[in-house]
Amino acid sequence: MPSLTLLGQSVISGLLAGGLYSLLALGLSLSWGLLRLVNLGHFALAFLGAYLTYHLGTVLHLAPWLSVLIIVPIFFGLGVGLHAIFVRFGVTEFTSLLVTFGVTVIVESIIQLVWTADFRRFETPYATASIKVGPLFVPTLELLTCLTAAGLAFATWAWLRFTYVGKALRAAAEDPAMAAAFGVNHRAQAFLLSGVSAAYAGVAGGYIALISTLAPSQIWAWLGVVFAVVIIGGLARPIGALLAGLLIGVSESVTMAVVTPAWAPLVSFSVLIGLLVLRPGRV
Amino acid sequence: MMTRLHQTRRLAAPLAGLILLALVASTGAAPTGPPIRIGSTLALTGPLAQTALLHKIAGEIYVEELNRGQGLLGRPVEWIVLDDQSKPDLARSLYEKLITVDKVDLLMGPYATSAILAAMGVAQRYQKLLIHNSFGMPHLAKYEMHIPVNPFGPEPNRTIPATVFDALAATSTPPKTVAVVTSKFPSTQFISAGARDVAAQRGLKVVLYLEYEFGTRDYGAIAARIKDAKPDFLWVGSLGLDSNQLLEAMRKLDYMPPRHLHLFPAPGPLATAPDGKLALSTTDFEEHPPFTNNPLATRWVTLFHERATKAGVPYIRVDGQAANEFAAWQVLEAAVNATKSLDDKALAQWLLKNKVDTIIGQLRFDGPNNFGDDLTKVKQVQEGKWVVVWPKEYAAPGARLLPP
Repeated sequence: MPSLTLLGQSVISGLLAGGLYSLLALGLSLSWGLLRLVNLGHFALAFLGAYLTYHLGTVLHLAPWLSVLIIVPIFFGLGVGLHAIFVRFGVTEFTSLLVTFGVTVIVESIIQLVWTADFRRFETPYATASIKVGPLFVPTLELLTCLTAAGLAFATWAWLRFTYVGKALRAAAEDPAMAAAFGVNHRAQAFLLSGVSAAYAGVAGGYIALISTLAPSQIWAWLGVVFAVVIIGGLARPIGALLAGLLIGVSESVTMAVVTPAWAPLVSFSVLIGLLVLRPGRV
Repeated sequence: MMTRLHQTRRLAAPLAGLILLALVASTGAAPTGPPIRIGSTLALTGPLAQTALLHKIAGEIYVEELNRGQGLLGRPVEWIVLDDQSKPDLARSLYEKLITVDKVDLLMGPYATSAILAAMGVAQRYQKLLIHNSFGMPHLAKYEMHIPVNPFGPEPNRTIPATVFDALAATSTPPKTVAVVTSKFPSTQFISAGARDVAAQRGLKVVLYLEYEFGTRDYGAIAARIKDAKPDFLWVGSLGLDSNQLLEAMRKLDYMPPRHLHLFPAPGPLATAPDGKLALSTTDFEEHPPFTNNPLATRWVTLFHERATKAGVPYIRVDGQAANEFAAWQVLEAAVNATKSLDDKALAQWLLKNKVDTIIGQLRFDGPNNFGDDLTKVKQVQEGKWVVVWPKEYAAPGARLLPP
């Protein structure tokens, strides 16, 4: 039997890993749920953000938070630009999978061209800092990632629920014709949402740069688990994405601690399949 | 054990040959005629790309040096490298293409066990010689015309751990308990499972054995289990970045095992990371004496530095990965020059009967499944770079296995 300390540590580790899953899932969930675009390019943008944070930090010696402040508006513009291309070419929910897959491959190639296929590590003095709580350790950066994910999830939820733009976006996703009849300018709001999703990818990228060692191929490493989080959490449900991320993170981590690490990748998809069986109308 | 004097003598003959070759090359005519086309794939993208890039640089240097001399059989050499994207199934298709569409004269192997195994099946079907340099599961290599240049020996699951535990046993504080944590990537899992068995046979207590999936993202729970087990020595069957991620995860728990070895880590990130201090690994070449005690090695190291810098590689020091690729080309050149032929069967027969002097040592291919001696050495991160510390005769000048 694993010790209580081991169990407690694995739960903390899972919660914090789940925070990053949620942060990555947030933008994807919004664009899929409200724009009906399955944006695989979200992962590419997140890693582009990570590489830019690394570059600004190691070459220009900018603090990571300052880098993120620069990256976020740029990525907002990138998101708007990408959406303009999608609109121009009439990309649908299904074709968005193919188009954004292409975007991801292109971004991966650009990253490899600029920063090579070799590993890049943004060394910071606080990378391995932890807060000690009794016998348990809470890694500071991961905690900050988790808090950021929670903050953004609640802010996005409030935005969608209480503001005119949020309500209009939800209405347009539900019934575009009826929303238009009520004067909703879905086109303009879609650009805004696309920009926000891409900006979230930039924020996630900043944390990825600080937490992980970077390699271009790692873009694909997060794809499966984050998609599972999006589907489990429900499309366009920010709080759902947060909770699903934490659930998957803890499930994986406890499986690693109690059973074997080799079984951890099965967890997210087992939870997903279980949910789809129990609640088939989820997506 | 071979003394340094014996080693110098052993290197003297090939060195004289190389100098003679260089003199002949400098006075001889440039290669002419249609190029000899040598085809291979490398993982230029995908999770193995970081290490495959080192192989590409090493191979390109060799081919350019070859063409700067007299080429092969007086003809220039053209190396066709296709990107297998770190996917064995794609490597299989691309080797098929190289043979049937590109109609290359000779093959060179891809990077890493899975892709090599895939390529070997194709080479066997077309009866092509396959020289490769990173195959970690010798018992699976049944093709008679494959030539393994990486000197793991026929039983790396037994001999590599034995070398490591010999090195540790020779220290003043040999470990009593061992934890083995390994990726499920075929070769690392195979050798690490062997480490568990060898440790137990030597009377060490194996307090933890874990396998994790290739591509695991979060090492927090694994780190917690290692901390819980408190081993004197941690064996990590890692590939690429796994080691860095695991060490960081353990650091966040304010824990670090007294000693830790990493099987196939990305050399740069581990050597330069703060947590990589005094980490151990295995190798067959590092850029210090006695490995660099000849002009060829010195020149090759200089060229590699230049190329790696130009390619934007952050850690440019030469290690076993790049050296094995270089040695593979040396083996091919030796066979072609000796047989004066490009016939796959003739080349294979010659290689199976003869020893070849290379930058990583003298290689033979007459053992079980064509594997020769295990030339594995143990290296350690000291002052931010890898240095060999065991066996003693291959240790960097003044270096020894430092205690924790």
